[in-house]
Amino acid sequence: MSRRGRVALTQFAIVLGLILIWELGVWAGLIDPFFFPAPSTLVARIGEWMSTADFWTDIGITLLETVLSFLAGIWIGTALGIWLGLSPFAAEVVQPFIKMFNAIPRILLGPIFVIWFGLGLTSKVALGVTLVLFVAFFNTFQGVREVNPVVLANARLLRASKSSLLRHVYLPSATTWILSSLRVSVGMAVMGAVVAEYLGSSAGLGHLIAQAEGVLDATGVFAGIIVLSAFVVVLDAIVDCAEKRLLVWRPAPAHES
Amino acid sequence: MGRPGLAVDLRDVMIRFGDFTAVKSMNLQVAETEFVAVVGPTGCGKSTILNTVTGLLKPAAGDVRIFGKSLTGLNGQSGYMLQQEGLLPWKTAQDNVGLGLVFQGSSIAKAREQARPWLAKVGLRGFEERYPHQLSGGQRKRVAMAQTLIMEPKIVLMDEPFSALDVHTRRLMHRILLDLWQADRRSLIFITHDLDEAITLADRVVVMSAGPASGMVADVRIGLPRPRDVSALQTTDEFVALYREIWSLLGAEVEKSYVTQG
Repeated sequence: MSRRGRVALTQFAIVLGLILIWELGVWAGLIDPFFFPAPSTLVARIGEWMSTADFWTDIGITLLETVLSFLAGIWIGTALGIWLGLSPFAAEVVQPFIKMFNAIPRILLGPIFVIWFGLGLTSKVALGVTLVLFVAFFNTFQGVREVNPVVLANARLLRASKSSLLRHVYLPSATTWILSSLRVSVGMAVMGAVVAEYLGSSAGLGHLIAQAEGVLDATGVFAGIIVLSAFVVVLDAIVDCAEKRLLVWRPAPAHES
Repeated sequence: MGRPGLAVDLRDVMIRFGDFTAVKSMNLQVAETEFVAVVGPTGCGKSTILNTVTGLLKPAAGDVRIFGKSLTGLNGQSGYMLQQEGLLPWKTAQDNVGLGLVFQGSSIAKAREQARPWLAKVGLRGFEERYPHQLSGGQRKRVAMAQTLIMEPKIVLMDEPFSALDVHTRRLMHRILLDLWQADRRSLIFITHDLDEAITLADRVVVMSAGPASGMVADVRIGLPRPRDVSALQTTDEFVALYREIWSLLGAEVEKSYVTQG
């Protein structure tokens, strides 16, 4: 069997083993189902959820918040990164402020955003944006700064205008950096949305978990967490696809020609 | 002033970087359709000369004339092929070749259409959709050559373009370059440290003295008939005689550069 097959099989065995021990433990009375509800109960709960319309609304709302904060964050971060990357003066001026802002644990901004923007969509997106923005910004900034000087000189010798340089040299160079950070950005966007929902909202996966927690329903919390992980895994796969398509020009790491 | 028919005319050009005099006094005249090779020891300011002709560097003294007119700002008539790799890794071979056209406002589709025949001219038909990392070093050089020449510059500047290639690939590049130049003759200034290469390609070989404060030591006309057969040429008596003659001048300068640079 191939190495990859063996790895997958081992992983599968570990997961299956853990679930089995857990299930049997609950069944034999060794594990208290109040704190650790049996996997079968969790599956039943998720199945129950999936048959209700509310659950799908929750997923839809969290997805919408995630996508909006992801796009807005990437957009603002990229614009900021390009601007500061191309203007050393501005970069020097703004740097300490950016560092300061980035040092604030963003979760703490959640309550403020709820006060400012209310319990609706805006406060969730705002929190997600503050998380995604910095990842996109730092990567774009780096990408713009680390454009190969020979490539740049060559483009200039071919009489590229400033806007041409931006479009054909700086942006593609930064794109590789932004793309390689996409996965982190998506994770950040999900985190922003869910945490903000958890702090105060009327719908979404975070809200679902918060509700379950409010009535000490461990089954609901665990089931919510599982749904959330599946949600992130799906998004991750989509990002993976996008990355592969956009970076076709990059040499494969293993076999360089 | 300026003699008619001269594409490039450098008169007593001095180049300084702060207190450091890189080139003390350089005279270089290149006629239209003439192929001039500039040889000299490492650090003698060969590349500096090209940067002066493009207008990237302003001489501290002396006169730079392009087609009889004093050069102000950037030289709009020159195309420059760098020594190092300058292709955009995220563009295919044909898009890299057409890059200059796109920069001048041509549409991508139109640039591609013009780029394809140029890829064929440098022997890369069928490689249109390859990205630079999928090409060999020599193939990338050919793309770079097409990228410079597609702009049809009146003055072509090449700064040790083939120095990183192995001998066989280099000879192939010489053949392609000579074929292209023979078909459509332009002024060409070719910087190299390889005397074989200089004699093989050029109408004239200009020898520079060791830097700093370098200048021109000799200007030797290469009377070898054209079109030239790159592979057979180097064993002919004329070639060997020219090599000896120029090396007697260049060799001394190379020795000097060892002394000053350690």
